[in-house]
Amino acid sequence: MHFFNLILRNTLRHKLRTSLTLLGLVVAIVAFGLLSTVVDAWYAGVDSASSARLITRNAISLVFPMPATYAQKIRQVDGVRGVAAANWFGGVYKDPKNFFPQLAVDVTYFGMFPEFIVDETQMRAWLRDRKGVIVGKKLAETYDFKIGDTVVLKGTIFPGNWEFVIRGIYSGKTPKTDVSEFFLHWEYLNETMKRNVPRRANQVGLYMVELSNPSRAAEASREIDAEFKNSLAETLTETEKAFQLGFVAMTEAIVVAIRAVSFLVIFIILAVMANTMAMTARERTAEYATLKALGFAPSFVVTLIFGESLLLAFVGGAIGVALTFPVADVFGTAMGSLFPNFNVSMHTVVMQAVSAIAVGIIAALAPSRYAARVNIVDGLRSIG
Amino acid sequence: MWRDSILGAEYNRRMENPSASNPAIPPAAAPIVSLRNIVKSYRRGAQVVPVLSGISFDIAAGEFLALMGPSGSGKSTLLNLIAGIDRPDSGQLIVAGTDIGTLPERELADWRAANIGFVFQFYNLMPVLSALENVELPLLLTSLSRSERRSRAEYALSIVNLTDRLEHFPSELSGGQQQRVAIARALVVDPTLIVADEPTGDLDRDSAADVLGLLKRLNEEVGKTIIMVTHDTRAASHAHAIMHLDKGELNTSEAVIV
Repeated sequence: MHFFNLILRNTLRHKLRTSLTLLGLVVAIVAFGLLSTVVDAWYAGVDSASSARLITRNAISLVFPMPATYAQKIRQVDGVRGVAAANWFGGVYKDPKNFFPQLAVDVTYFGMFPEFIVDETQMRAWLRDRKGVIVGKKLAETYDFKIGDTVVLKGTIFPGNWEFVIRGIYSGKTPKTDVSEFFLHWEYLNETMKRNVPRRANQVGLYMVELSNPSRAAEASREIDAEFKNSLAETLTETEKAFQLGFVAMTEAIVVAIRAVSFLVIFIILAVMANTMAMTARERTAEYATLKALGFAPSFVVTLIFGESLLLAFVGGAIGVALTFPVADVFGTAMGSLFPNFNVSMHTVVMQAVSAIAVGIIAALAPSRYAARVNIVDGLRSIG
Repeated sequence: MWRDSILGAEYNRRMENPSASNPAIPPAAAPIVSLRNIVKSYRRGAQVVPVLSGISFDIAAGEFLALMGPSGSGKSTLLNLIAGIDRPDSGQLIVAGTDIGTLPERELADWRAANIGFVFQFYNLMPVLSALENVELPLLLTSLSRSERRSRAEYALSIVNLTDRLEHFPSELSGGQQQRVAIARALVVDPTLIVADEPTGDLDRDSAADVLGLLKRLNEEVGKTIIMVTHDTRAASHAHAIMHLDKGELNTSEAVIV
């Protein structure tokens, strides 16, 4: 007989109770992992932002445009390697719930984003076709877009039905790269505006600015904004990371709530586990007393309880971690392009494992204390 | 007598030195249990309930003593004190050459493991362990190898005639069989003393007779000193001596030899 064997058999003594506790633990660990992944996905844009890129926008708000002529002046600022104009397109694909980011961009845009990998032939095809678009791999998979497909978007910011042809599908250099975007030609948008709504032509929503030296980001930002001081459209330039964080900050309360719920789930399962272990210890009072009478030290019964609790936590935690991946896949797919990077991170897995072990340890504390203090004479009288 | 019996000789050969901490049994003439002015009381809230009031007596090695008395007379308390699972309020308690009243908790546990074999009224077997594993359990506290432990446990179960029930769990055994497993568990460490608290209290007449016969055989053939608490005169008749307790006092100051 091995010590571990005794722990294992004790754990399997009440199969229904053990199964239900395990099920609760698995659900809690999966829920914790899923909610942590949602939070990670929320910050994915921030994490993948480059420190070598700045974003210049209208100082009043993102919804106010800037003149297209700013590009030339920004390009002249010391340390600026390249500038690309971009406009948020905001079209609807079939149904408003089919949300995905759509940007009208300069042809130079992809040169500033080495993390977007586009096949050379597809890139040439896109450059040749003013109605051409390049879409992310995940977006293409979600809506089953193929090269050559025609996609019609109903404009909300730019009215009308817009017809585009898929010319390229980009993939990401790293798993964190957003591969759910839809890029159309800024020139095509601008020409259409010139023709249909001339007062909205030659307007740019934001400028992507590439720096030759990322350490000059602060100075370059100041110099760009100084260039347009007291103009009709003053600018606000910040790093891509700060720009993304600004978006996340708008939804900070939701992120905090999600985090709170994820820890609440762990706390609930901790209470369930602690209750299970406490019941177990109470039921086995006579056995603990017998073991002590036979000469086993209190540390032996404490080890039995900790062993049982940790075994449950380990098995539940392991199953929970293993299930998080397929569940996150299904969840990420169901969310479509709302969460472009819905990947379970190593940090989340470590947090899940730590939570499971912490639940196992904390749940065993009170029952162990009780078992260690069981008086032999009183314990032998108790009926399990 | 037991030294000449087949069981006694085989038992001595098999059980030799199971634990390094097991002291040699004192010579037969010396008392194996010596109590002097043992006082014990319990608290019930603010009330102090006296249980034993100044008990003194000796028990010789190789004795089979029955402790009798009405409920609340203090017989189980006295047995618990001798077994080292409870402590007296005052008085001297020497068992197997050790003043156990003064031993720290940890040393007292080691002492129990080496010197005392317990037989409880409700058997107190581990339900998740087989008969063999239950008997092997106390040997986990010794330095014996796994195969030695198993061999010893098998032998102890053969003494109680349960070789065909080695892998059975307590729930698969009758009350009498469970008590025999408990006796094997008490025997397996070759204790100085076996204490039995109402060992037949939960058994039918036939099973009780079996268990008592077994205890008697262990006393006579293996030479085990046995102290048994019982309220059953038929059970007590198997003992060499009967000691009556009433209201925490002995009816006589010495053991009464039957």
